Amino acid sequence: MIEVQNVSGGYEEKPIVVHVDFSVSKGEFFGVVGPNGCGKTTLFKMMSGVLPLWSGTVSIDSRTIDQYDRKSLARKVATLPQIQQSYFTYSVDETVMMGRYAYQSGLFKQPSAEDEQVVERILHQMGLTQMRHLPITELSGGERQRVYLAQALSQEPDVLLLDEPTNHLDFSYQKQLLDELKQLTLTDELTVVSIFHDLNIASLYCDRLLLMEEGSIKKMGTPDAVMQKELLEGVYQSTIDVYANPSVASPQMNVMPGYLSSASSELSSELLQVSDEKILFQVKRPLKTFSSAVVGAGFGWYQNFVNYHVDKNFTCDAPDRFMKEKFHEWGLPEHETLAMMTAANVTNFAKRYVCENNFTLLVLVTAGTSNAVDVLYGAEHGFVATPGTVNTWVFVEGELSEQAFIQAVVTATEAKTKAFTDCEITDQLTGTMATGTSTDSILIASTQTGEHVEYAGPVTALGSTIGRAVYEATVEAIKNSFQGKRV
Amino acid sequence: MLAAAIIAAVGAGSVAVPLSEIIKVIIAHVTPFSPAVDSVHDSIIGDVRLPRVLLAGLVGASLAISGAAFQGLLQNPLADPYTLGVSSGASVGAVLVLFLGISFPVFSMVTLPIMSILTAVLTLLFVITFARMLDQTLSIETLILTGIVLGSFLGSVISLMIALTGDELRQIVGWLLGSVAMRGWNFVSLLVPFFVIGSLLLLIQGQELNAMSLGEERAKQLGVPTEKRKAVILLAASILTGAAVAVSGTIGFVGLVVPHICRKLFGVDHRHLLPLSLINGATFLILADLVSRTIIAPVELPIGVITSLIGAPIFALILYQQRKERSTHRKRRGAVHD
Repeated sequence: MIEVQNVSGGYEEKPIVVHVDFSVSKGEFFGVVGPNGCGKTTLFKMMSGVLPLWSGTVSIDSRTIDQYDRKSLARKVATLPQIQQSYFTYSVDETVMMGRYAYQSGLFKQPSAEDEQVVERILHQMGLTQMRHLPITELSGGERQRVYLAQALSQEPDVLLLDEPTNHLDFSYQKQLLDELKQLTLTDELTVVSIFHDLNIASLYCDRLLLMEEGSIKKMGTPDAVMQKELLEGVYQSTIDVYANPSVASPQMNVMPGYLSSASSELSSELLQVSDEKILFQVKRPLKTFSSAVVGAGFGWYQNFVNYHVDKNFTCDAPDRFMKEKFHEWGLPEHETLAMMTAANVTNFAKRYVCENNFTLLVLVTAGTSNAVDVLYGAEHGFVATPGTVNTWVFVEGELSEQAFIQAVVTATEAKTKAFTDCEITDQLTGTMATGTSTDSILIASTQTGEHVEYAGPVTALGSTIGRAVYEATVEAIKNSFQGKRV
Repeated sequence: MLAAAIIAAVGAGSVAVPLSEIIKVIIAHVTPFSPAVDSVHDSIIGDVRLPRVLLAGLVGASLAISGAAFQGLLQNPLADPYTLGVSSGASVGAVLVLFLGISFPVFSMVTLPIMSILTAVLTLLFVITFARMLDQTLSIETLILTGIVLGSFLGSVISLMIALTGDELRQIVGWLLGSVAMRGWNFVSLLVPFFVIGSLLLLIQGQELNAMSLGEERAKQLGVPTEKRKAVILLAASILTGAAVAVSGTIGFVGLVVPHICRKLFGVDHRHLLPLSLINGATFLILADLVSRTIIAPVELPIGVITSLIGAPIFALILYQQRKERSTHRKRRGAVHD
């Protein structure tokens, strides 16, 4: 559809775009990304025929753009410029009608019936019919951007070039505009080539991406292929993390703010407050947390950690709402607080604090064994959602990979099971050795500062320390709970 | 409105002429019919007032339509032949012709307008080039400042030339202030061909001017062959300005006031704005001329005084509105960035 072959160019003496080579096929949504000044906009000006090429060719439908006159080029390629300011306030339909210029002929260029029809259809399509007579200055930024998109679409182009179409638009308008464009690529086989600032939006909407650096192509391919951590960090000169998007199969990028990496957060058992009702652990900076807590499960960032004691027979339809009401009562911010529940007496908790090698580790365990279960016969117990019994908290000072989080869960769980075995806890129903209780919970939290830790399996430095500390703390907590009962 | 203005302007004066006579005289002069008219009335109206009124109309129309075109092309509501310095440039051409006694061999009649047009084009090119050197975006302030500074410089050049020649050119001082008095039919017929060519060239650029008022680059993307169109528009507007200045001197602000009012009343679409500016420009200058010769009769004010009295405050008003709009726009953009 549009072919850019070995194109170079720029302004005056300075080349801005150097040997750029790519092609986009019909109906494709193609994104161009790169840092400021990498030549994206210059490349677009050359593609739309506004800026002359120094070398190379741009072809549309196998004809180079200099073989088209301006009008026939405007019928092939339309551009959606960045929001522009005009000193003359045209109405919505006057603005859209200007897009028909390339179809009008004769001395006075009166719009034909066809022009009127096309404008009518596009106004409708863009939801602008109601405001067609309004001057565009009376529209919001989002509506105005839609008017300019309507102007470009009324050129009935095969290729639409967009220069940061979502600039100045708030979140919902960005989505709306891009959804509309995506729809056009699917239904009308419109080819869209767009510059994006926002890497996440680019990888959500584009079929392929072109990453530019200093006027040249750095990488081209599917969003997954282009959105590589090392590649982006090199091009953007900053720390960027790439994750899987939680709901769509597209990569997701995060820029790491510079001020965080130098900050250190300290873990110490002094931050711990224990009462009959609850254990509260409060840190100054949020910790990255992976847990099966009642409130705050999965990955998240939390500053306050609560282990709340409830009666064994406590039942509640919505334990998370119950806990959130408690947060309110205690004056803890809802979005920064994670909570677990336990039927065990929280005062029987055990802790281990390890500070060695390159990391600090704090383990807290509360345990009760009345509903101990052998995992092989779990089904025989039937599922009853009772409050958790063994709650294992592992706090690490270090920068853990996601892999390390999961390995830490595995290692800590193995250590817990080992503690159950050594304490000779049995499943009361089957009489076999118990592997845990029916409602255990676990939490791994990390400061994400300091040394990077890739692995946390049992033979790694962190893993073996976690294993040992969790084992010891669990044994102690189980013993405490027995003593508690005896008292 | 234009017709009423013509008739009112022709009728007003030291000698009262009945309406029916006025119409008859006008018919006799501009159409092939020759109804019987009183010879005194015929000479007052036909030889003195009618050519004066028609000239005022043609000059007003020329200046107003070129103002509208300059504004659209340069995306600048303050651009007009006067503020861009083009009128002064044209005057320099006209004064040069008188000063040096230049005359083209075959077309001696049109030497004056041709020279005015030539110097108008040169001035315009100079102003645009210079302003672009100062400021790539060709912002309103830079362009107008350049135009006004160059305009007053050229004004001084003219004064210098007048001072050097002594009494001979003193008469043109009054002409320089802008006047349509005592010109007669010669000047009307001199202006008509340039007026027709220039206006027609501009009137067919409505849609192009709409697109170009969004910026030259945007116009290209919409399919306008901007290089060609820009040249035609600048040339046509310079022809109109140059020819108008050659017959009437520098009359300021007509090209600013008339399109501004038309935009306010009828919208900004250049397909309508250009013809409306043309007609209302004619009406405006005819009425201004009427006021200038009747307000403190028998003394006549230069017509340029009237147009400046009306035009300068409107200039200030537009500048103020643009400023305010842009600062709120900037604030809004700031909010988006936050």
